Amino acid sequence: MSDNTIPVKPVAGIIPDPIQAGIARGWKIVDAARLEADRTLDADVVIVGSGAGGGVTAEILALAGLKVLIVEEGALRSSSDFKMREADAYPTLYQESAARQTLDKGIKILQGRTVGGSTTVNWTSSFRTPVPTLDYWRDRFGLTGYDSDTLAPWFAMMEARLHVGDWQAPPNENNDLLKRGLEKLGIEPGFIRRNVNGCWNLGYCGMGCPTNAKQSMLVTTIPSALDHGATLVTRARAERFVLRGEHADELLCSALGLDGVAPTGHVLRLRAKHFVVAGGAINSPALLLRSGAPDPHGLLGKRSFLHPTLISAGIFPQRVDAYAGAPQTVYSDHFLHTGPIDGAIGYKLEAPPLHPVLLSTTLNGFGQRHAEIMRQFPHINGMLALLRDGFHAESPGGTVKLKDGAGVLDYPLNDFLWDGARRALLTMAEIQFAAGAKAVQPAHETARSYASWAEAKREIAALPQKLHMTRVASAHVMGGCTMAGDAKRGVVAPDGRYRELSNLSVHDGSLFPTSIGANPQLSIYGITARLASGLAQALTGKPAPRVV
Amino acid sequence: METNRRSFLKAGALGALVLAAGGGIYRAVHTPRPQAFVLDGEARAALGAIVPAMLAGALPGGQNERKAAINNTIEGVHTAISNLPLSVQKEVQDLFGLLALAPARRLLTGISGGWANAREAEVTACLEDWRLHRFALLRTAYGALHDLSLGAWYAQPANWSAIGYPGPLKELS
Repeated sequence: MSDNTIPVKPVAGIIPDPIQAGIARGWKIVDAARLEADRTLDADVVIVGSGAGGGVTAEILALAGLKVLIVEEGALRSSSDFKMREADAYPTLYQESAARQTLDKGIKILQGRTVGGSTTVNWTSSFRTPVPTLDYWRDRFGLTGYDSDTLAPWFAMMEARLHVGDWQAPPNENNDLLKRGLEKLGIEPGFIRRNVNGCWNLGYCGMGCPTNAKQSMLVTTIPSALDHGATLVTRARAERFVLRGEHADELLCSALGLDGVAPTGHVLRLRAKHFVVAGGAINSPALLLRSGAPDPHGLLGKRSFLHPTLISAGIFPQRVDAYAGAPQTVYSDHFLHTGPIDGAIGYKLEAPPLHPVLLSTTLNGFGQRHAEIMRQFPHINGMLALLRDGFHAESPGGTVKLKDGAGVLDYPLNDFLWDGARRALLTMAEIQFAAGAKAVQPAHETARSYASWAEAKREIAALPQKLHMTRVASAHVMGGCTMAGDAKRGVVAPDGRYRELSNLSVHDGSLFPTSIGANPQLSIYGITARLASGLAQALTGKPAPRVV
Repeated sequence: METNRRSFLKAGALGALVLAAGGGIYRAVHTPRPQAFVLDGEARAALGAIVPAMLAGALPGGQNERKAAINNTIEGVHTAISNLPLSVQKEVQDLFGLLALAPARRLLTGISGGWANAREAEVTACLEDWRLHRFALLRTAYGALHDLSLGAWYAQPANWSAIGYPGPLKELS
């Protein structure tokens, strides 16, 4: 009778699992890996992706009384599966086993692939979209309705829904070193707000929250949508829309096997009055490209941004234990504001949690030298500088292309970005020495471990900033389905509708015409809540429901 | 051996050509398998030589422990590759296919005998060359081997105490 193809596991352990409980009370879930035949499903709205944009949209549309179907490429995993082990978490919860890379393999990309998307594995940092970013969107992309006053109630609603608040515990040592280093240099640190409720301060957010404290889509909007009758299809890859003129008729998905890698050969046909694409940047534009979505101005997939991120390791005399405690609680935007937004590239400073696989693969070199640094693991402070890309003619971002049908991001690193990389590595070394580091080693193939700021300053300035030499990473993929006030600047209109299709919207980070200049989750929550509310009203003819 | 390696560095365009063709040659002479990565004989031998060079300084001293640690890590690499998207598995298969072809191996690595007989110093020298090489393809091959080997090593709880990592809270893990 039930659509539920997920077997209910007996709940084990000391933490109640809200997902297992939901399955037990009859949520409609179809695990495509277990399908034994092709399947056709109908809904009012099909949402592709269950991350920040898809989750928020699903809840609002389900509360509006619409029949919602969410299709997710990843599997449904929940707190009883989250064992805080990188060996399990990366293959099961991340795109491409957390080894996704840009086309020339110059940038490593961390992106979620599980129910809840990246919100299930992110580090909970919550920032409203910065005002200078919104001003730039208004001036350069005609997004006049996206000023901070208009958006404020949407951010406030989602902050309340997702329990975004100040972090009450003191920062862990890894973050406190950033704070102390900044203060030594006369720069006032900022404190990061987090979407957590009853957080145990463990430090394993990136491997799925084992206590359900993180208010990801997995434990908030998706369960709410399912409680209101939505259907969740997991382990199904959205292959392409069947388009007829300006109309999307159906979405074809291939079922993935239990390994989440190989298709089983079974096909799902998902039919709906309206489709919402929310597969995240890279995947959303790739789906539209595969579908042959009309793109008269050649914009689809272009202007994809990453916050290209530089990494610096500081070795301290005391223990840092960067694996323990809330991963991100301190930040600085000082270096975003030292010049004009459209001048030399600025950067945001944060601290990353360090775990053995993440650290060992990020550290350059191998053999004895690598092993030596790893032995100092508890004494290592990690620091990140996120370049704010997309605000300058020389920072047009990357382009999503199709390679064997899969979306791949071609993001060339150029001198404009390398200039920022050099300044960022210098800044981080200076802060780490100011905080008392006995040595600093930038993530760069020819960097050494420097023993003083004077030495680091001289040597880092001379490091060749080149492809594969400088380690560059990203956990924030944005853009590719640009939203703008007119068709020449964006494939998506300010109401989230894909301009060339009558029944298709885009609700995720791929809308952003530039990078955000801050961790993007709250930008996606607030903006897609507004878009989904507009869509609910348009589809039902009634005022949209509020989620709080 | 050193001479071979240096002569490779001079090989320039020829090297690039072989490298570009290598995957294709490998696919042409083997049954096409767009599906899962297979770690067969010579590819396993290549990993058997590369993993100890990558993990020098981290591997245990005793001969039996060392051998077991290397084998566990090779299994870990195999598992990690099997979890990648099929298109990426194909790229890795091409890389190992190339490493398994004797002429390509000699030209690209300077290792003249089979992988099973390679000395650690030779392998280390080859990895150092690839790490900073002017051909992007060799740098990315190094990058893949770096991440796979070190990732598979530090993913194992048995290797955490040596770096002072207590691991996650036992009650929940």
